[in-house]
Amino acid sequence: MSALDRTYGWLEDHFRYGEFLALLRKKLVPLHRFSYFYFLGGMTLFLFGIQVFTGILLLLYYRPTPNDAFESVQYIMTQVRFGWLIRSIHSWSANLMILTAFAHMFSVFFLKSYRKPRELTWLTGIALLAIVLGFGFSGYLLPWNTLSFFATKVGTDIAGQVPGIGKWILTFLRGGEDVTGATLTRFFGFHVAVLPGLATLLVAVHLLLVQRFGMSLPPSVEDKWNEQPAARREVAFFPNFLLRELMAWYIALGILGALAAFLPWELGVKADPFASAPAGIRPEWYFMFMFQTLKLLPANIGPVPGDLLGVVGFGFAALVWAFLPFFDRDSRGRTRRWITGAGIFVLGYIVVLTAFGYLAK
Amino acid sequence: MSRFPSHTCHIPLAPLRRRWLEHRPGANALRRPRAGILTLVVSLFGVLIALGPANAQTQNSCLDCHSTLDPPFQVSGNDYTDSIHAQKGVNCVSCHGGDASSSDLDRAMSKAAGFRGAPERKQIPEFCAKCHSDSAYIRGFDPSLRTDQYSQYQTSVHGKLHAKGDDKTAVCTDCHGVHDIRPPSDQRSRVHPLNVAQTCSRCHADAAYMKPYGIATNQFADYSASVHHDALAVRGDLSAPTCSTCHGSHGAAPPGVSSVARVCSTCHVFQAQLFDSGSHKDAFAALSLPACITCHGNHRVQHPTDILIGTSEGSICLKCHASGDGGYLAAAAMHDDLVKLDSAIKRSDDILARAERSGMEVSEAKLAEADARDDLTKARVEIHSVEQPPLENDVGAGLKVAAATYQSGLNALAELRYRRKGLLASVVIIIFVLIGLFLKIRKLESKDTK
Repeated sequence: MSALDRTYGWLEDHFRYGEFLALLRKKLVPLHRFSYFYFLGGMTLFLFGIQVFTGILLLLYYRPTPNDAFESVQYIMTQVRFGWLIRSIHSWSANLMILTAFAHMFSVFFLKSYRKPRELTWLTGIALLAIVLGFGFSGYLLPWNTLSFFATKVGTDIAGQVPGIGKWILTFLRGGEDVTGATLTRFFGFHVAVLPGLATLLVAVHLLLVQRFGMSLPPSVEDKWNEQPAARREVAFFPNFLLRELMAWYIALGILGALAAFLPWELGVKADPFASAPAGIRPEWYFMFMFQTLKLLPANIGPVPGDLLGVVGFGFAALVWAFLPFFDRDSRGRTRRWITGAGIFVLGYIVVLTAFGYLAK
Repeated sequence: MSRFPSHTCHIPLAPLRRRWLEHRPGANALRRPRAGILTLVVSLFGVLIALGPANAQTQNSCLDCHSTLDPPFQVSGNDYTDSIHAQKGVNCVSCHGGDASSSDLDRAMSKAAGFRGAPERKQIPEFCAKCHSDSAYIRGFDPSLRTDQYSQYQTSVHGKLHAKGDDKTAVCTDCHGVHDIRPPSDQRSRVHPLNVAQTCSRCHADAAYMKPYGIATNQFADYSASVHHDALAVRGDLSAPTCSTCHGSHGAAPPGVSSVARVCSTCHVFQAQLFDSGSHKDAFAALSLPACITCHGNHRVQHPTDILIGTSEGSICLKCHASGDGGYLAAAAMHDDLVKLDSAIKRSDDILARAERSGMEVSEAKLAEADARDDLTKARVEIHSVEQPPLENDVGAGLKVAAATYQSGLNALAELRYRRKGLLASVVIIIFVLIGLFLKIRKLESKDTK
């Protein structure tokens, strides 16, 4: 008996893992022309794992104070062995994770996977997307460079526009009136403790719900399979689907390595809180559509300040978006077409405003 | 008590009176009695309302009238109110006498009211000096304002010509203006650093105006092409020299051969000290050559380049040194040293820029490179001593730094190649794993199908 067999034997004896594997083998994943979209959630989870791993490595050297933050990242990039790779992968992976999270959300939306009984899965997913954006916003400041410093100033200013509690949110985020060392410490705390804790909890609930309800079928495939039961094709989650998912993860890993080697994430210039804001300050790409909208709004719309209306508008739109599954009851009728149209509009709006933000002077 | 002696007013009053009558408030109503009593009543009511607060404030009948007149009697209200005199409360009466509170022309401009009119051109320096040479009086407005302008003016070329009765030479108002005098710190002032050269050029670049004096008129054109003008007007460095920096303002005169070096050294301190410590000082004195401008020129001072020193075409050393003499050999060696360090820095710059464009982090090397640039600057200043050893020290130190930063650039590019090889290796591994996974899935699913 080999050492491997002995180990399996010991595990089986103590944990009965065979039963767990049998459960996974029993779980089936439908195979159809939209099956590739099933990989997006797993891909986001994989990139989250990369973030946790590289983030822990960066923590060994990073120092969250205004005097040391920039220098410590510079030290990681130049002196620490493979530090450049870890930091670049962390930054690129963060962006890819946000991209796959958005893609996952829109694929779920257009494939109607949020329908009953998966409303809670959708809601936890939306909450996870908000947390991922929080990761991006808080992590952006940590290198303490000019661009991130002023972008954080603008970003927190926008958060301060929320009616009623805006001032409180601004002070809470900044740890005072202005973006200072207190903001850096605070953002660091959010980035490495608060958000990872919340994310882990929500990922667990999200995965549990996915396991509980299984993979959703798009309405068109569902109709077809109901009409022609012979056309139904499914594979076992373990090992068939998991191996396919593994392939996707390896491709993502290759892309990350290439990006880190050919386009290392730049460090910029150390922030100087007393300097005036450089021209062309703009947020990360995933906030660009909101930033551009606020820029385009006039100073006042009637008696209401444009910025305030913009912030309230985005808040309301996010709320409607999050609770959309509860409106989509009439899965075959006019409501369904109306909701799909709204989704196309939202996606188009985000793409056009983001492109406009980068192209406009 | 008036600060000015009374003198004859040369202003013809008759046309002014006619003009005033035409423009004074209510003039039209009075000229057209049939326009109606109502108009008159409304006008009077308006005047009463207007007079109420006006009387409470300071009335200035001078401006009321002069703002409507044609030149040369015109005084624009804005010009005066924006002036430093208006801001400090120095009004028309302070200089011209009279009674500004009276709207009666005869009373306002009467001798009894101390009216002395406008000074003649020849009287202007003394006229302004009445206040500006009185330190006790000036202290009441601005304790830091100098009061030696008039005494300086008397020592200037302008002042001396003026004393001889030359009425073309510059007086206070030519440079400062008349009613619109603003402090030199005001960008609109004719004597703001950015405007001084233009102000001087109004006379000094006018060949016809300057003809009787037999002096050149190319100074402004030369200065406009100089490194000093570039620093001041283009780069906005207000500490950069303009005409008055070297020639003085109120005491303006060309610096003589003996003092030109001292003038330049007020800014170029190290260059002057090194020149004084070197062998050129005595050699220039023996040949009656002025320091500084012999090599750099005066108004058209160019940005110095390493070509200036050496033995190639364009080198000023060749003006005095012939092939093979000690100075010639030293100039050639110093030029070579400077070029060597400059080239080493450029080479380092290029490789660091290449590494940076490729995404490598080289900010530390770029920071260190600043030391090499400092050494090059020091070496270029050392030239003024015309001694080789100190220059070689600076160049040697700079070369060491440039070599180290160049090596950093090489290391960064080597690291980049290493990273790309590593990437290639990992991509190959990933492709193998993907193929393996693909085959495994196929095998699994073909078994399932069977």
